[in-house]
Amino acid sequence: MPGHFEPLPGGGAAVALDDVEISIIRSLAVQLLELVGPGPGADTPADPLAELFAEGPSEPPADPVLRRLFPDAYSDPEQTPGSPAEAAERQAHSAEFRRYTENDLRAGKRENALAVVRTLDALAPVDAGGAVLKLTPEESRQWLGSLNDLRLAIGARLEIGDEDDTELLYRLPDDDPRKPMVMAYLWLGGLQETLVTTLMP
Amino acid sequence: MVTVTSPAPVEIERTESAEEVFAVPEPDVPWVTLVHNDPVNLMSYVTYVFQSYFGYSKDKATKLMLDVHHKGRAVVSSGSREEMERDVQAMHGYGLWATLQQDRK
Repeated sequence: MPGHFEPLPGGGAAVALDDVEISIIRSLAVQLLELVGPGPGADTPADPLAELFAEGPSEPPADPVLRRLFPDAYSDPEQTPGSPAEAAERQAHSAEFRRYTENDLRAGKRENALAVVRTLDALAPVDAGGAVLKLTPEESRQWLGSLNDLRLAIGARLEIGDEDDTELLYRLPDDDPRKPMVMAYLWLGGLQETLVTTLMP
Repeated sequence: MVTVTSPAPVEIERTESAEEVFAVPEPDVPWVTLVHNDPVNLMSYVTYVFQSYFGYSKDKATKLMLDVHHKGRAVVSSGSREEMERDVQAMHGYGLWATLQQDRK
């Protein structure tokens, strides 16, 4: 069924995609790769040890999409710090956490997005303008993570802050410039929802 | 804070979090991982993450997901600060919005 993942006997999942859908997902995954950025050892590719010990950034990303993908670990959104000292302490802990985790997190998201691009590029056209994408269980998990990252990225771009914003997006007029992005967001949601069903333990 | 007293999951390997259900809380490990509500993550996906990462049963994972959805947040694990940093990093890897803090009750 178009736009819906179905489980494969023996594990994995399959979905029928047309050329336009393949091109949209691929393009979004490539944009995500560009946004998440190169590997931590990009400047020192000859030394694997340098890559291993490379520290990540300590400041939150300026881009709202990246801030959502890599949030502060020590800042409770519902509990404002009781004192400037507590605020400074949370900030320092978040910065340290970021230094030691963000490179790995970026690498994981990159691997997932690369798996999406790779599986799409390996597709053999079966009939006029479409193909059936078949994923192994491992590829399914990578797709699941990347579909989620893509929806988080689009959600941040569309400034979806709460459930009311989502409701408003459903009712956008056809000539609204955000309409194509909203359609992609909802469509990716359907893909993710059906893919997660195939993976439920 | 949410206190979950459902039985430990047995279908998957015994994780530290499973054992902590029976462990007496120690004064030096009062840290928790919180997952916060956001309008993008699918309810089914959040449940899937709680099941596959923590090894929670479907019932427990669903209850935690509904707590996040309705109350805005839920405590999904507790333990030492290092363990909670590991859990928060894993949640960020899945795209869930998680933070850790000391469990001041």
